[in-house]
Amino acid sequence: MMEKMIFGRYVPADSTIHKMDPRSKLLIIFLFVCIIFFANNWITYVLIGFYTFYMLGMSKIPVRFLYGGLKPVIWLVLFTLVLQLFFTKQGDLLFKWGPLEIYEEGVRQGIFISLRFFFLILMTSLLTLTTSPIEITDGMETLLNPLKKVRFPVHEMALMMSISLRFIPTLMQETDKIMKAQIARGVEFDSGPIKERVKAVIPLLIPLFVSAFKRAEELAIAMEARGYRGGEGRTKYRQLSWRPVDTLQILLLVVLTVLLIILRS
Amino acid sequence: MKKSIVSLKGVSFQYDTQERYALKNVSFDIYEGEWLAIVGHNGSGKSTMAKLLNGLQFPQEGDITIDHVVLTEETIWDVRRKVGMVFQNPDNQFVGTTVQDDVAFGLENNGVPREEMVHRVEDSLKRVKMDQFLYQEPHHLSGGQKQRVAIAGVLALRPSIIILDEATSMLDPRGREEVLETVRLLKQEKSLTVISITHDLDEAAKADRIIVMNQGEVFREGSPEEIFAMDEQLIQLGLDIPFSVKMSKAFRQNGMTLSKHYLTEEELVTELWTSHFSK
Amino acid sequence: MDISLQQVEYRYQANTPFERLAIEDVSMDIPAGTYMALIGHTGSGKSTVLQHLNALLQPSKGTVKIGSHEIKSGQKNKHLKPVRQKVGIVFQFPEHQLFEETVEKDIIFGPMNFGVPETEAKKRARLALQQVGLAEEILAKSPFDLSGGQMRRVAIAGVLAMEPDVIVLDEPTAGLDPRGRKEIMDMFYELHKERKLSTILVTHSMEDAARYADQIVIMQQGRVAKKGTPEEIFSSPDELVQMGLDVPEVVRFQLKLEKQTGIKLDKIYLTIEELSSKVAEVLSRGVRS
Repeated sequence: MMEKMIFGRYVPADSTIHKMDPRSKLLIIFLFVCIIFFANNWITYVLIGFYTFYMLGMSKIPVRFLYGGLKPVIWLVLFTLVLQLFFTKQGDLLFKWGPLEIYEEGVRQGIFISLRFFFLILMTSLLTLTTSPIEITDGMETLLNPLKKVRFPVHEMALMMSISLRFIPTLMQETDKIMKAQIARGVEFDSGPIKERVKAVIPLLIPLFVSAFKRAEELAIAMEARGYRGGEGRTKYRQLSWRPVDTLQILLLVVLTVLLIILRS
Repeated sequence: MKKSIVSLKGVSFQYDTQERYALKNVSFDIYEGEWLAIVGHNGSGKSTMAKLLNGLQFPQEGDITIDHVVLTEETIWDVRRKVGMVFQNPDNQFVGTTVQDDVAFGLENNGVPREEMVHRVEDSLKRVKMDQFLYQEPHHLSGGQKQRVAIAGVLALRPSIIILDEATSMLDPRGREEVLETVRLLKQEKSLTVISITHDLDEAAKADRIIVMNQGEVFREGSPEEIFAMDEQLIQLGLDIPFSVKMSKAFRQNGMTLSKHYLTEEELVTELWTSHFSK
Repeated sequence: MDISLQQVEYRYQANTPFERLAIEDVSMDIPAGTYMALIGHTGSGKSTVLQHLNALLQPSKGTVKIGSHEIKSGQKNKHLKPVRQKVGIVFQFPEHQLFEETVEKDIIFGPMNFGVPETEAKKRARLALQQVGLAEEILAKSPFDLSGGQMRRVAIAGVLAMEPDVIVLDEPTAGLDPRGRKEIMDMFYELHKERKLSTILVTHSMEDAARYADQIVIMQQGRVAKKGTPEEIFSSPDELVQMGLDVPEVVRFQLKLEKQTGIKLDKIYLTIEELSSKVAEVLSRGVRS
């Protein structure tokens, strides 16, 4: 029932972006989030726009999936836009209606900030749409590896993440089963006064928790039986491979950065 | 000659939360290359046995020796390389995000170099006939398939002993068949010692030898034929009798004579045909 | 209370790219007091059919009649709660639904959800506990302190306390040892006989189907493949084998014997006692039969 690819929103496709090493994608997103704040005039925003749409095009992701990422944020963006429109009082006065005044700078800033949101969401969606959750975990683990020297539990975090990912569909299936069993006992999850609906969560949560603890215990025993004793001395089966395209993409972003610095006002 | 590969001597075990002893003064040997079934009702001590054999718990009294190494806190990691265990719940032992990741888990833990890992993962999955499922995620697999992956994960470490701790009790009949058939074929190829902890009679019937546990003690030990001859006693011990034994008993009650007490269905049919029908 | 399904179809996630046809053109009648076994492979649609029996799912085509309630496709069917009280479902591994602090509280949970006052519910809990063969002292314990087998019985008691007219059992013996299996199946059979409780058993065990059921329905790939009494169904064992299903051990043995000896008995026997006495009879009369 829950086989939809809703978790992580990963959409498989045969694109250059999909085939990139998750490390380069993580680095690119991180860098992008930083440099987007360099844009402060029309030409810099246009550049960012070109880059974003170029990357999206390369990813071959159908537009409707991008929409899914934008939908939740649309109100926030509109709210920010309205704030900027009505509270930035600089530049020429463009419009006045009673106490409401809209200035040129307000329009400019409003558009710029909305665009910034827009591009940020699109680019971060690009990461989750083209990279499966386990790849992201692998990428993060490898990137954070140097932190092992300062005793940061990189391996443990990565293992926790990958086990959690593995169990999400399983837990969802179980939630479904428990819900059905409780509905059969007269619980109503989707109707009735708010107070009742909140109480209805208890016969769902408690069995889930109990079962989750039991799973954790059994899993730990199985892991020990299979020789797990922590990160020391472990080898890695999954391999990431950095390819020329990864280097090229990073270089492209560096070029963009340089252009932004030159062309910003 | 029969060489003992696992040896229990005077083993007693008590869980801290319980008063009674889960195992009382248990002693027996397991021989290299045999398929031993340990049967008993729930609470007979058989599951405790599994935990002790893998060093997941230690007995309060007595010793367990595996391949000439006494099982202690210091030696468990070496022992665990020789003994692979498949647990009851197919989901709660599946660690990896996909089939191949899960099989590789044990290899990663043991620091096996990557090229070797790739080879062993492929090889073990082939042996359990799950090689077409390398990239599958566990929630798309049936119980029987998950258990076969678990077996592959164990095989990849090349153990000499494999313990099935009620590995078929949560499976449907098809899954059970798949798993037992897989184990049977594996045993044929390699000299693997299989310890099957179960309450399933059909599983026990496939073994070379059966140990019946009752209330923490070894009740009886013998070949499947000897054990199934116990008849009513098995029922009292909370177990069941195989169908063919029930059938032969019913024939006897109807006045027919049969040569053996325990016969497989095929043997029973043949005996009926040769000594009764073809007159 | 009668239940009937008329040309029921169900699609999961209809109108999405993940739409999946689970069952199609399924019709069956379950008159009050019947013991019906529902058989089929995993994926045959059994559990989808099961979930229609207490209106957990509503059909995308066709009608489900549960007593006087009629659930038609396309309609917004409200007020389904009373149906759930009348048709109790014991899901697989029912011990997973326990959550209350005490066994008593968990057992009365179901009945109280359906409006039964607490004192009455507690009375029912005591009775239900007896029916599942557990001692009254357990009422005050936490369900999580019990053994797996006991937990399962508590969960079953929770459904029995709802006093349904029909009880649906989804592989109630999964994971139990032989003694446990026998006790649970005998218990449900007793209840069926005593209370004339319509019982629908979803099972993989042909032996249980042969032993307990009045009626058997076989599902395959979302459709009803065969319907009939155990005698009728198991009389065509080749068909069943072709469908990838098993026959009860007794029948399998009879077939092996007939094949080996070349002698066919007058009919298919479903129990060890009947088969053995028939074989003995045939032998005493001489080989010609």
